[in-house]
Amino acid sequence: MSVTPENNEKVYVCRCEEVTLEEIDEWIDRGYDTVEELKRVLRVGMGPCQGRGCQDILMREIAKKTGKPISEVAPATVRPPVKPIKIGLLAEGGEE
Amino acid sequence: MEWKSTAEVVIVGGGIIGVSTAYYLAKQGVKDIVLVEKGTICGGSTGRCGAGIRAQWGTEMNCRLGIAALDIFEQLDQELGMSVGLNQGGYLLVAYNEKELETLRNGMLLQNSLGIQSRMVTLTEAREICPGLAAEDAVGFFFHGRDGHADPFLTTFAYLEAAKRLGVTCYRNTACTGVIVRDNTVQGIETTNGKISAPIVINCAGAYAQIVARMAGIELPNWAERHEIMITEPVAPGVCPCMLMSFSGNYYIQQRPHGSIICGMSPQGHPEDFENKTTWQFIEAMSKTLVKLLPRTKGIRIARQWSGLYDMTPDAQPVIGETDVKNFYHSTGYSGHGFMLAPVAGKILAQHITGQKPDIDFSMLDYRRFSRGEHIRESNVV
Repeated sequence: MSVTPENNEKVYVCRCEEVTLEEIDEWIDRGYDTVEELKRVLRVGMGPCQGRGCQDILMREIAKKTGKPISEVAPATVRPPVKPIKIGLLAEGGEE
Repeated sequence: MEWKSTAEVVIVGGGIIGVSTAYYLAKQGVKDIVLVEKGTICGGSTGRCGAGIRAQWGTEMNCRLGIAALDIFEQLDQELGMSVGLNQGGYLLVAYNEKELETLRNGMLLQNSLGIQSRMVTLTEAREICPGLAAEDAVGFFFHGRDGHADPFLTTFAYLEAAKRLGVTCYRNTACTGVIVRDNTVQGIETTNGKISAPIVINCAGAYAQIVARMAGIELPNWAERHEIMITEPVAPGVCPCMLMSFSGNYYIQQRPHGSIICGMSPQGHPEDFENKTTWQFIEAMSKTLVKLLPRTKGIRIARQWSGLYDMTPDAQPVIGETDVKNFYHSTGYSGHGFMLAPVAGKILAQHITGQKPDIDFSMLDYRRFSRGEHIRESNVV
């Protein structure tokens, strides 16, 4: 399956941080072929959705370009909170 | 990638200190530099840091290093051919009691004597710098407009890519497992992927530097201290354009150009277990601080929290230089300030190793200062 479009349109893999497939491929070619490194260099998966929308696509692209089975591509570390939470809500919590 | 079993210089550690040292050594003409990193580049403390850059320090050495690093940061995009995301919104330091005010004022006088244009500002001025700042309980503010932050990832990768262009070899997922010493002289290192013989070895292993040092029989008084940090969703600019920081208030807060607000505070009772764990107590305490200081942050959402390790020394100043083992060097102990000092740290050590006069005489950063009892603790740390 190819996700590269024929008509020069940009393919956004990470919608939160607006990272394109072209940028991802470019950095994989430079040797940044892990989710952790691509996240650091492109901010892919660092937006409010925390990679829920893009991480699978990213892992598939790494597997495709490096020839590794997807089972050998490590996902990024999961970081709390599970979903974005308002500062005001946390500040009210507990007892002083 | 083909394995190089010999090198002119081996660097242990792929954080900002390791890559900047590699870059400046290569720039000084050293061929055949190999850098080994146990995980991925920028995967340790550098990639977890708050990435602030400042010259407002309490010791002369930290001031000299801080302002020299700022000078380099301001030219770094051109030097490395890639944007490092430098943003100079200044650091606004907040004092909450008379003693702290005195310490910060003395720091300012020292900074001014070294050419750092820091100044005391009023609450009104502080609110012009940082709109919406509450801080009615503060007794004084200090500001230096050239302070700010850069992107820790982009800075590290920019140094790495520039170093690679100069011929530096970098092995990821390669842990240093031993330092080879003969006749009290370093001979190379053992790694999980094989041996590398080299006449010079530089320990840039950050919080793990104490462990690497021990492999050569060198005891550093360093320890790894876990610090927690969090970041919000991106919001419109102007929420906290400067780095807002207080040592007694125990916080640092700054909005990145990207829109997210990044903030942290000092740890309470974390063990030295090298674990980058997080706690809900931290985000709760940090949220309370945020709402008190910047009330309009209450509707902003926290996107992510994590932690990282400060490579602490007893005086919160780095350890740079050769050790009792000949040609085994250290560039470590940055005590939470490695990112901001890395450009100058890499440069001066490279100058020293290649036989030139370093821009800053760093002989007082010898690790033996601790056993001699000559160290004076830096006061300006969170």
